[in-house]
Amino acid sequence: MTTVAVKPATMAQALTRALRDAMTADPAVHVMGEDVGTLGGVFRVTDGLAAEFGDDRCTDTPLAEAGILGTAVGMAMYGLRPVVEMQFDAFAYPAFEQLVSHVARMHNRTRGAMPLPVTVRVPYGGGIGGVEHHSDSSEAYYMATPGLHVVTPATVADAYGLLRASIASDDPVVFLEPKRLYWSKDSWNPEEPQAVEPIGRAVVRRPGRTATLITYGPSVPVCLEAAEAARAEGWDLEVVDLRSLVPFDDETVAASVRRTGRAVVVHESGGFGGPGGEIAARVTERCFHHLEAPVLRVAGFDVPYPPPMLERHHLPGVDRILDAVGRLQWEAES
Amino acid sequence: MTVMEQRGAYRPTPPPAWQPRTDPVPLLPDERPYRVLGTEAAAEADPALLRRLYAELVRGRRYNVQATALTKQGRLAVYPSSTGQEACEVAAALALQERDWLFPSYRDTLAAVARGVDPVQALTLLRGDWHTGYDPYEHRVAPLSTPLATQLPHAVGLAHAAHLKGDDVVALALVGDGGTSEGDFHEALNFAAVWQAPVVFLVQNNGFAISVPLAKQTAAPSLAHKAVGYGMPGRLVDGNDAVAVHQVLAEALAHARTGGGPTLIEAVTYRIDAHTNADDATRYRGDSEVEAWREHDPIALLEGELTARGIVDEDGIRAVREEAEAMAADLRERMNQDPVLDPMDLFAHVYAEPTPQLREQRDQLRAELDAEAQADADTGAAAGPEGAGR
Repeated sequence: MTTVAVKPATMAQALTRALRDAMTADPAVHVMGEDVGTLGGVFRVTDGLAAEFGDDRCTDTPLAEAGILGTAVGMAMYGLRPVVEMQFDAFAYPAFEQLVSHVARMHNRTRGAMPLPVTVRVPYGGGIGGVEHHSDSSEAYYMATPGLHVVTPATVADAYGLLRASIASDDPVVFLEPKRLYWSKDSWNPEEPQAVEPIGRAVVRRPGRTATLITYGPSVPVCLEAAEAARAEGWDLEVVDLRSLVPFDDETVAASVRRTGRAVVVHESGGFGGPGGEIAARVTERCFHHLEAPVLRVAGFDVPYPPPMLERHHLPGVDRILDAVGRLQWEAES
Repeated sequence: MTVMEQRGAYRPTPPPAWQPRTDPVPLLPDERPYRVLGTEAAAEADPALLRRLYAELVRGRRYNVQATALTKQGRLAVYPSSTGQEACEVAAALALQERDWLFPSYRDTLAAVARGVDPVQALTLLRGDWHTGYDPYEHRVAPLSTPLATQLPHAVGLAHAAHLKGDDVVALALVGDGGTSEGDFHEALNFAAVWQAPVVFLVQNNGFAISVPLAKQTAAPSLAHKAVGYGMPGRLVDGNDAVAVHQVLAEALAHARTGGGPTLIEAVTYRIDAHTNADDATRYRGDSEVEAWREHDPIALLEGELTARGIVDEDGIRAVREEAEAMAADLRERMNQDPVLDPMDLFAHVYAEPTPQLREQRDQLRAELDAEAQADADTGAAAGPEGAGR
């Protein structure tokens, strides 16, 4: 393995690079959405693409999410590979019908004759002080829709690798970008060729022995911080970054929990009907005889996303995660 | 030159120099639905086209009658008939070029069939053995769309993509009067006009959205007037006059093909049958209204023109009817055969690359089916030859 000179890059820059590389590699790739052209997107993820590839490859659309996704469906029918930007999580809801009734079903409806390789990029989650409708974690809706892949990166390298894989996939992908990690930095050399990560594989971000934190997207750095803090309590926590909610990597998750015997699922999305319930059930079904305690969940409260001045109470933080770890029936061990 | 460059960059004009961006007057539809049959213009219509339209209308009517009969025999789960609207269905299919695309709604089986889709495959959705029975790429017919107006932005996107690639392809999207109230109708027309996409929207205003009449659907002067707000021309046509619909469609398609952008056409017609076989139209409309529309039947209108001009005689009419009967007999026979179903198909196409979770569920169903087959075999063996033949 060669070492290269690495400099810090942000997740937003890695996403931009992924889009640029995908557009260069395949003329069928078209980027479209609100403000993605001249402005470069409100998070600047499409910065420079319109200048480099032209308006017809990176298109400022009218302000209508169902229209954006609906026309992307037609473009994909004709052989293009649209990458659609939904400006914010809660602004994606008008496109929900196109997503559920057509994007997710067309391959099945036509017995595979008409695949729709559409990538829907959605900045999601809280923690940036956004006012109402700018901080939702809507992944449970997408997970509940057969026919979609649901992918979410937590690192700069994964942002690149998973977005490239999503655009290359013949299945439609909802690509959830944790907006509070847009400006997170990592040693990542944008000048070097980058790896494309396969969709559907979780990774162990931090190996540990005594309990597993199962998480994804914006909660990954929080869990890593919690794992560091837990050392003081004598807990050696493993952190699994799911990276993809659909498909779900049962293998990696179950292998980790069988090793550690305890698990906490952590996400910003609400707990009731949220991803954690599904994950806890899958872990229990596969690891029951290895479990020392019930699988616990640390999730956002089941409330509409709070106003910015109250969101810190809502978001799963280090203390709430450590509290949950503390309730994993350690006393039964001795 | 990009599409946006062709359009010219719009910038807000500094006050007080406001002026309209486009002159709305040329976009306005005619005051009355355009007609050819029964007017002097009919004499100019091409006899070959008239014969073709007539044969397809008769065939289409027979198809509607046969499909409705199949619902009563339990061979179709449901059939939304287009009886009375055949002129729109047939003209839509015939006005398109081979390379063009058709985007039908669930009531447009006939348009798909007239474009070449196999009559049985076109009924797959309504029989219920799968969601779409034909390969959309074979005849360039998108799947019949059930969610109202959602197929319209698809047509816009496809037309836009073809335009970007420099291909000579136009998309024709079909929608009903009820569908014009949907948000997707608005968004599709707006995108189409902004992108100057080569797409034509044909609204079949058949008077009802299931039970709700147009008066409760819109306060617009006509549905065709809606075009003006988007900056595209609106056309109003008699939807029971096959020649007029064909002509207006042909003009709009040619306009789109030569870079003129989209057109919205409202074809005024009437749904003679109930919404579907499961609907009871007597609850919301009177017989006299239906009878009045039967007097304006699309087949009778065209037949009158053909016989008056001597384009077809009684033998010709009989030949057309016999051909339609043969089509119906073939449809009946093929629809009376039970479709071959494979439950494993449930998992085969959900994804291009199936997820591990779906593979597990596929294996579960496979095991259940194997156990069922084994149990049947055991029962059959225990019951002897009589049992096996039950």
